Parts: sequence; C-alpha cells; structure tokens
Amino acid sequence: MHELALMEGMVQGIQEEALRQGFSRVHQVRLEVGRLAGVEVEALRFAFGPATEGTVCEGATLEILEVPGRGRCQACGREVGIQARFDLCPLCGEGFVALTSGTEMRVKDLDVD
Amino acid sequence: MCTTCGCGGGEPKLDGQPHAHAHAHDHGPPRPGRRRVSLEQNLLAKNDALAALNRQAFAERGILALNLVSSPGSGKTTLLEQTILLLKGRVPVVVIEGDQQTSQDADRIRAAGAPAVQVNTGKGCHLDAHMVGHALESLAPAAGSVLMIENVGNLVCPAAFDLGEAHKVVILSVTEGEDKPLKYPDMFAAADLMLLNKVDLLPHLRFDVDRCLGYARRVNPGIRILHVSAQTGAGMEAWLAWIEAGRREALAARAMAQA
Repeated sequence: MHELALMEGMVQGIQEEALRQGFSRVHQVRLEVGRLAGVEVEALRFAFGPATEGTVCEGATLEILEVPGRGRCQACGREVGIQARFDLCPLCGEGFVALTSGTEMRVKDLDVD
Repeated sequence: MCTTCGCGGGEPKLDGQPHAHAHAHDHGPPRPGRRRVSLEQNLLAKNDALAALNRQAFAERGILALNLVSSPGSGKTTLLEQTILLLKGRVPVVVIEGDQQTSQDADRIRAAGAPAVQVNTGKGCHLDAHMVGHALESLAPAAGSVLMIENVGNLVCPAAFDLGEAHKVVILSVTEGEDKPLKYPDMFAAADLMLLNKVDLLPHLRFDVDRCLGYARRVNPGIRILHVSAQTGAGMEAWLAWIEAGRREALAARAMAQA
C-alpha cells in the first residue's frame, strides 16, 4: 500500500512544476501506469483525493492510462504480451521475457491554467 | 490514431488481442483557456533523486550501505544483533531501524553495541530516501562504516523505494512458505543477496529448501543465497565475509575516486 506515498510524491513534483512553468491550477492529471508496475490502480485513485488536498491539484480529475506488459522472449526472440512479470514466454513456454513496457509509472501530462 | 495518448493505432496487443481500453479519458485538446503541459515525470523521480544523493554521500565516505528487507518476523533484528556482535572490533557498524511504531528495535541494536537511529514511519509501509537522508545526518557514520538499514517488515512496498544502498538483502526464514519468492517476486528480483534464515529449525518443518531456492532463482537468476541461523550462528561466517568484501569494495572505490 505505497500508493499514497506515490501520489504524495507526484503532487510534490507537480507543485514544483507549477512554479517553473507558471500555472496555478491543475484540472486534469494523466498518468501512465504499467500493468506490471506493482501498484493498484484503484488504490492510486483512492489516494489521489487526500494527496491533492490544499495543493494546485485539488479538485483535478485523474486519468489513468494502463499500459500492458510486453517484452521479448529470451529463448525464442519473439515479441510477446505477458500478464505477470515473471511468467515464461506464452508462445514457446521456455524463456523469460525481457520487458519493454508495462512497468512504467509516470505523469504523462497535465491540463492547467 | 488519437494524437494525445497515441491509442487507436499500432498500440500494443495483449496476447495478440487489442488491450482493453475504457477510453474514459478526454481525447480532445484541453478546453479553451487551459493548456496541456507535458511532463513525462516518473512517480518515483523525487525519491530516486534523493536516493542518488544518499548514494553519493556513501561513496564519498566509503560506506557500504545495505537495505535489509523481509516480512515481519523473519528474524531481521536478531540477525542484525548477532552480526554486530560478531563484527565488533572488525568493522564499524551503524544502523537505521525502520518500524511503523516503537523504538524497541533501535534499543536492541544499541544494546548490541552499534549506534542506531529509529525511524518511525507512522502510517507508512516502507522507508524512503528522504527519511534515510535525515537519519544519516544524525548518525554521521565514520568513513569505512557499514550501514545496515533495517526496512519496515513488508515484502511489497520497500522493493520500489531506492534508498541509495549498494545492495538489497532479502531475508526469508524457513518458518515462512517456500513460495514467497513467487508470491512477492518484485522484492526477490530487486535483491542481490538472499539470506535463508532460521535453518536450525529445518528438521522440525516441512520446508522444501530446493524448491524455495528454485523459485528465488526463477525470479532472479543472479541472486546469491546464503543459509544462516542467527540463533545458532550457523552460516554466519559466510554472511560476514560477504559484508567485509563489500566494505573493501566501497573503500577501494573511494580511494580510486580520490586518486
């Protein structure tokens, strides 16, 4: 349950960005979260409210774009989608999959004024 | 293709199927009077930047920092106490203790003879780089020390938070399930060393050691594994040798940087 800490860190980063880029209110935050990032999307949503209280993000909507897990099988070399981080390749069943996406957790952009 | 999020054209497919995408987000441009600011900011960026500062401070002082992680009850604190006693006179050890509440662990560590700072995380489930940075200020470890950071007992959250350590050391006791590495793969993947603790209890348990080690290597083929019992002292010499080797490396790297 480190989702609250993640949201608090995110809001801090956005506050700093607000000073740098000169905006005072955030209307929407878009977040990319990989399905294999080890965080619960619902818990992020739940934590967003308390984490934004009294900040430039208060009252903003949170959009979460989920990114599926993908990678290259180390045995057969094919590009595959995987459901869990340490699953074997779903095509050949032999190799581990070196991830190319699915573990990201980043703020993509903000709608501000 | 949607020009704001990129979905709708050539997006990744899951097992050959288009991924479910509720499209709840607004695909249009921002409303009049508002602008869109691109950030691409990692959620852990703040923590990672502070962790980098800690790592730099460790490097400058030739300090070996270890982040000890496990479930509650794996025997971390007892292992630490014994480690401190055995290293007495060989290596200076300082400790940061992370727990949600109480200073009981730091008291135990001080009684074993090492300076310790207790960090109470309150509602928090893990230590972060910021807490460790402040704990370092009050500990002020001497050059060439070994810093043991005993993280909050939790096999989930501490995996995500870099503290600036040289290595994560995961402790798994044989009184837990042998499938823990599969159930909590992130932690076992993040660790460089696994200590299988309480091995003196093996004769009394149905714990399949080979299966457990197989699971650990499945999620982390490069993980080093040592069998120990903090209670009887079995295997402790190998653990101490691993620490001393790491400390020599940290000191050598410092000497190189100063040369």
